[in-house]
Parts: sequence; C-alpha cells; structure tokens
Amino acid sequence: MTPVGRLAEQAVRGVLADLGSGCHRGVVVDSPPGAGKSALVVRAAADLAAAGERAMIVAQTNEQVDDLTDRLAGAQPGLPIGRLCAQDYLPPPRVTEHAQVSVASRVADLAGCLVTLGTAAKWAVLADDVSWPWAIVDEAYQMRSDLLLRIAGRFERALFVGDPGQLDPFSTVDIDRWVGLTWDPMQSAVAVLLRHNPDIPVHRLPVSWRLPEPAAVVVADAFYPFGGFQAGTGPGDRRLELSTRALREDPADEAVAAAAASGWALYELPPRHTLRTDAEAASACGALATRILQRGCVSYSERNPAGTPVTASRIAIGTAHRDQVKAVRAGLGGALADVTVDTANRLQGREFDVAIVLHPLSGRRDATAFHLEAGRLCVLTSRHRHACIVVARAGIPELLDAHPSTEPVHLNVPAKFPDGWEANQAVMAHLAPWRVRAS
Amino acid sequence: MSTLTSLARAEAVERGIAQPVCTVRHVHIADRPLVFVPLAMAGEAGAPLAAMVGDDPRSPRLLAVAQPRNRDQRFAFAAGLAAVLLRYIEGFLTGQETVPGGRGREARTRFPDAPQILVPNRAATGFTRLLGRSTRFRRTEGEYAVLPAVPLLGRWLTFLAERAEYPGSSLLLAATDALSRHWATGQSPVEDLNLAALLGWIDPPEGLTGPQAAAAAEDPLTWPPAGPATDPTFDNEVLGRLIAACDRAEAGDDRARQRARSALEDALTSQLMPTWGLMWQAAGLLRGLPPGAHVATRWAADKDAFTWYAEQLRDGGPPQPRRDTAVSAARRLARLERVQAACGAQRAFDDPLVMAEHRLAGEAFAGRVVAAEPGRQDCSGTRRKLRPHITVETADPVLMEPGTVLTSPGRPRQQARIVSVSVTAGRPSRVLLELSGGMGRGLTAAPGSVPEPGEVTCYATFSDGFQPIPAFPDPADTPWTHGGPPPQYVPADEDAREEWS
Repeated sequence: MTPVGRLAEQAVRGVLADLGSGCHRGVVVDSPPGAGKSALVVRAAADLAAAGERAMIVAQTNEQVDDLTDRLAGAQPGLPIGRLCAQDYLPPPRVTEHAQVSVASRVADLAGCLVTLGTAAKWAVLADDVSWPWAIVDEAYQMRSDLLLRIAGRFERALFVGDPGQLDPFSTVDIDRWVGLTWDPMQSAVAVLLRHNPDIPVHRLPVSWRLPEPAAVVVADAFYPFGGFQAGTGPGDRRLELSTRALREDPADEAVAAAAASGWALYELPPRHTLRTDAEAASACGALATRILQRGCVSYSERNPAGTPVTASRIAIGTAHRDQVKAVRAGLGGALADVTVDTANRLQGREFDVAIVLHPLSGRRDATAFHLEAGRLCVLTSRHRHACIVVARAGIPELLDAHPSTEPVHLNVPAKFPDGWEANQAVMAHLAPWRVRAS
Repeated sequence: MSTLTSLARAEAVERGIAQPVCTVRHVHIADRPLVFVPLAMAGEAGAPLAAMVGDDPRSPRLLAVAQPRNRDQRFAFAAGLAAVLLRYIEGFLTGQETVPGGRGREARTRFPDAPQILVPNRAATGFTRLLGRSTRFRRTEGEYAVLPAVPLLGRWLTFLAERAEYPGSSLLLAATDALSRHWATGQSPVEDLNLAALLGWIDPPEGLTGPQAAAAAEDPLTWPPAGPATDPTFDNEVLGRLIAACDRAEAGDDRARQRARSALEDALTSQLMPTWGLMWQAAGLLRGLPPGAHVATRWAADKDAFTWYAEQLRDGGPPQPRRDTAVSAARRLARLERVQAACGAQRAFDDPLVMAEHRLAGEAFAGRVVAAEPGRQDCSGTRRKLRPHITVETADPVLMEPGTVLTSPGRPRQQARIVSVSVTAGRPSRVLLELSGGMGRGLTAAPGSVPEPGEVTCYATFSDGFQPIPAFPDPADTPWTHGGPPPQYVPADEDAREEWS
C-alpha cells in the first residue's frame, strides 16, 4: 500500500471505530471531491450488517441511491438489500441485475433486508411507522435541515457523510426570518446537527482519488483552506495525450494542448458584458469539446495504464444556470450528443475525464452572492480526473475587485470558510499561467 | 434580471419613461386601503418618530412622538396608531360569505373582505414587524402597563408583517415593490427603492421626462425620504432643535408645551405630506391596471388568513411567539415554497408578457395545434385509458426532454406529456403531446377539453396545481438532531420584559 493509501485507510478505520464504539449518537465525515465517500458508505453499511444491525441508507437523488445499491451489492454478495422507491420508479439494469436486491415502495415488502436504501424524499413520506437503529446519510451537506427533521425520527444513531466544500442547499424563497436560529430550515442537515450536538466527532477523508495532482493542489488551496487534502496519484500517474496534430494551430487547440499538458487551461474570450446566455461563450464550450474529440485525446491513468480514448461521454460541460445549459446544448449535435451538459447543482457527485467550465462570472456586470458562491466554483472545477478547461470573458479579477462581498454579517451565524470572493480570486490566480486568449 | 426586463429597462432609458413589464395587475388593490407612512428615529431601529395614517387621501392623521427616547411616549404613540388601525380593521369583521366545500372539505365561512395596509417600501414593512414585536407582549397591568389596545395592535401588526412574507399576498403591500413588479424604469433596482424617483419614471409630472422627474426626486427638500429613515440633514438642522425645544417646554406651562409640540408636528407633516400624496398616486396607478385572473384567488387566500387570525384573537390565543420552533420554521418554509411556486405559475398564466419571459428561458412554448387525435386510447395497461394526442407547431425553441409534463394556462387541470419533439433547422418545431385528465370521466373527451387544430395554445413546465404540505413531526417529537422538543410555552409576566426595560 502506498503512503497516501495508508493515510486514507487510517482515516476510514478511525470513522468505523467511532461508529462501532457506541459512544456517539452521530458521526460526521467531511470528504473532499472524489475521496471515496461512497466506498466509505458501502464499508460502513457492510460493517453494520456484519454486526447484525439493521441500517437505513439515505441519499439525495435516485441516481445516487442506485449507484450505492449497485456498489453495495457488488461488495457484499449475499447480503439482502432493500431498494425503497416511489411507485412510478423503474429500477435501472444496474439495480435489477443483482438478485439480492428487492425493490419495493413499502417497507413491509422489504422485511428481510438488513440494509434498506432510499432517497431522503422517499424516507420522509413513508407511511409505515418503523424505525432503524442506524442510518447512513450520504451527501448530508446537500440535504436541507428541514428534510432531516422529517426523517430523523426514524433512526437512533447515524453516520453523516458529505462534502462541505460543495453547494449548500437552497430555497426558492428569499427570506431571512430564521437567520441565526440553530434550526434554520434553510441550512444544511450537518450544520444544524452540529450546532445542536457540538460533541459529535467530525472526521475528514485526507485523500482525493479523483482529482489529479495539479488539480488537488488548486482545489484544496482555494476551497479547503483549513483541512486540505492530497491527491491519491502522483505527478506522472495521470496523462492526457493528443494522438493527432492540429491542422492549423488555433487558440482552441492551444487551450486543449495546455490542458493536456498541465491539467488546467483558461480559455479567455475578449472582455464584454453579455446576457447570461452568452452565445460566443456557449459555442466556445462546444468548440473545445469538439476539438478534444477531433484530436483523439487518450487518457492514461492508474485504472488504464495502457490508455483509453476520451469519448464524448467522458466529457462534461458545467455552467451556473439552467438557461446556459440549454444554450450550450442547443449548439451541440452529432458526435457531441453524449457530452454531459449540466448545472453545478446537478453535476455534484459526478466524475468525468475532462471538464469544460463556463465560469459563473463570465461576462457579468456584477458579482452577486449566487455567482460568488464558493461551492459552485468548487463543484465545477473538481469534476475531472484529468483536465479542466475554464471558459470565461476576460476581466473576472477586475470584476471581483470592483465587487467585494457585501453580505451582511448576522449574529449567531458561524462564519463560513472559504469566502466565495476569496476562493474565486484564488482560482483565477492559479489559472493565470495557463491562459489562452481566444481570437 | 431576465432578458425581457433588461430590454424594457433599455427601452425606458431610450424613451425617457418607465415601460410596463406586465399586461395585467398582479396585486389586489382594495377600494379603501389604509395608507401607513411610518418614520423612525435615527439610531434606534423600531423607535417610532411619527406616522401619517388614514384611509382617506384628504384627511391624513398625523401621529408624532415629542421625545422618541421616552418609552411612555412610544407606547402612547402605539395607542394612537391602534385607535386608527384597529378601527379600520374592525370595519372588516362584519358579514360573512360561504365558501362551498369540495374534495372532502366542508363548506366554511369567512369575512367577505379584508383590510389592506399600504406602506411605501419594504423597510416600512420591516418597521411594521418591529413595532409589532415591541408591542405584542406588553402587559396591561403591573409594571409598565399600557392601554389594552397596544398589545392588540402588536398582534395585528405582527400578523400583517408575517403575512407579507407570503408571495402574492396583498394584506400589507409595499408600494415600491408593487410598482416595480409592473413597470421597468431606466434606473437601477436600488434607485427604484426610492418611491418618488420610481413614480417619477412611471408617471412624471406634466412637462418633465422620467429621468428629469427622478433627478428632481433626489432633492430631499422637495421629496423627503419615504421613511422609515429620515433625511439626516433634516434630523440635524430641524428635528434635533425641535425635539430639544419640546424637552425644554416640559418644564414650562401648557401654552409653551403646545407651541413646541405644534412646531414639531408642522415639521414632521412637511416630511410626510409628499410621501402621503405619492402613496395615493401609486394606489391609483395600480388600480388603473386591469386585474389578472388569479388576483381574486390570492385575495381569497388573504381573506381566509384574515378570518383565521381574527378567530384566533377572539378565542384568546397567545401572541405570536418570538421565534419559530424547529418544526414551525420548517412547516412555514414548506408553505412559503408552495405558495411561491403557485404564485409564479399564476402570474405567467394570467399574463402573456410574463409568460414570454418563461418562453425565452425555455420553460414554456406557444404555438398552434396542427393535428389532434381526440379519441386516442392507451390500451397498454389492464384498463383502457383516454390519452388523446395533439401536435403543436411552435417557433419557440423547445429545449424540453420527452417525458416532461406540461400544463396549459387554458386547461390548468390537464396534463400534457411530451412524446417527441421534431426540430428542423429553419422551420417551426413540432411537439407531439399526450393529454391526460380534465376531459370528463368516460372514454370520449368532453367537448372542448382537447385543443382542436387551429387553436393557438401555450404549454409550460410549471403549474399552479395544489401541492400538499408535507408531514412534519409533532413539536413534542422534535428529534435529537434538532435539539429535541422545545420547552412548553407558558405565558408569564417575564414576556413583557425586554433587555432595555
């Protein structure tokens, strides 16, 4: 085992020891992007099952629950697993292929299962009056505390796993009525839990297996200023190679080449104030994805030492707003149909080889709290295993300088780090050496 | 800011006058609203200085505090306000209308109308909340006793301020909010918070353009701030001197007291009168717009809330708690989110200009029905079901995925599921929709329930359909993650105590 591997294993053992000790009602695990959060959930569930304890597992989306079900079934053949779902839900093949998994919309139909998985929303509307000695809550930082309030009566003890650096949950109503209350329903489940139970142990996973070494340095520095983490792979372990030469070297080629060589590129469009759906920026995102495919990008990693081509399904384009998603997608066609285009909120928890990011502040006249949110940029710049290309209009550092954060400071609200303004500045400063000017 | 609003703002600059962003009015404007323009003392949030209040534009009532730092005078002000406001509210506690039951709900009665308080801006709504907070726990006997009307006023003010958090509620309405929801000006949203400047853009006086009128509104001598904060120069040069004179006159005879007090009242009147006029101008402008179809629905919800609270008071319920508990906060947030979604959909369904914003954002499309199969049935299940197909041709970009469920403003109880979208470059897109619901019970659609070829229609990804409030635990069962059950509330004399008292 490598030294980083040992470090990671030690952290996981610490979590499981606290869980098994019975001293705590809850255990919280902070996990940076790609640090083996799901693996920890699967291992903890297996541990509990081995001790004969019944456990409920809570994730936030059906997609996440299906992933966990698949992984748990793969790791624990023979363990009876229940997949709790809504009535109109159709289980995907990766769930139905495991004979040990029963799918049902009522708990009564899953009586023999030691481990039962479902979305938080499903657990909240369960009619049956049943409870579990244990719960494992995945993506707990993305769950709103009012949802936790609805399901917390179902379990006695719980393990909460999540990434504090990602996007906080949000509400469609803009109201400061509950600011400062320890049970503010708009806060994340973990924030409320920790404020009422300050003696709960908080663990941290120290190694990101997803992010390559150059990305881990930047992301840890900008978004995890106190805990930090390191990459699970060394400087030379991940490589991107372009198998064809460019016909004529244009800025898009230059950006792709910079990303392949260093893991980062900033594709900078000329400064301009634009609508949210900046047509030039949207088409630049598409053009970069096209160029990656045309140039026959091949990725070499610890999983594929012999190299595997970067196909459209291994590329993601991330934006801040849904209308930007639509604008980008409208320009993609044919070979790019399999490229994932989505907002930061919906890309959370997903992993790709190459991520193309439309910078949230690109072309804006102002820097609002929404666009400055550290979690948004953190999600967008931590989806990739190999390289990340940021597309932006020039002038973001100047925009930041002109809009220092003016959010009011409230009494009885713990300060949140990192500050979005500072995180944005840090990322732009890191990207500066890999800037490629379009046109 | 959405694309259409940006465009309207640019056009407002070019034409020198505010541009409408709605074709109908989305707020209820009562026939006889109560206008309430409060002023606060600088330096202490929630300390009333003066207010102009009344339901008749010709006879405003001025309430003034000669020494805002004096607690007794503060609650005397509250009693004066209570006399006006409670009399106005009591005017609506008569008569009843019956709401027919349905879907398992029993028929019920409510008051046929409800009070409406108009304040200049959102800060005034906040002041209303603070004033309610400082008066609703007051005791009518013992130490620091106040008149019985004062705590009652506090409860009503709190009710109104809390109701104002509900999107679409019109019981307590801020004029700048209501106006800027209907017009786009050529100035920034922050400048729109100035009622005089905003009205200058919307309805400039004879001979002035919008920007000229807005610039004139920047002079605090002609257009004093609409409150609750006062103009600092007025504070320093006029108000401070007059309050000091009132203090000195306390030692003198009645005539001197009267003289000092009327000098202060004259000065405060000069600060409040211009805003008083603007408030009625704003009410008149809004009343001039035709109401949207759902305004009455939302006002009915306001009447229900008013009736409910009047009953609470009649039954001797305790004042609203200082803070929400974990469960009541979560429940209130759930309610607010549902009201917000429904209100947003209703606005779009009522108003083609609002719907256009959603069409631009790819959340809706409008077009013409080119083919319809009203008799189509789905035989795949055990029971045959009526599932008509229609094809809509639209020039709007259709970015929705097949399977998305849509709603049409014309048939809000009918669901339309996208079966397929065919897009050809340079030609209108064709969307094939499968309809369900809202067509009667049998296997033939009721006449008119399925759109016919040629009909112009619109489909949106949102609907104003009823969404149940989720179940939350009983407050006594608040889980350990949220601090456990809250202590039982027992009204006590201590409630009236504040840190300053």
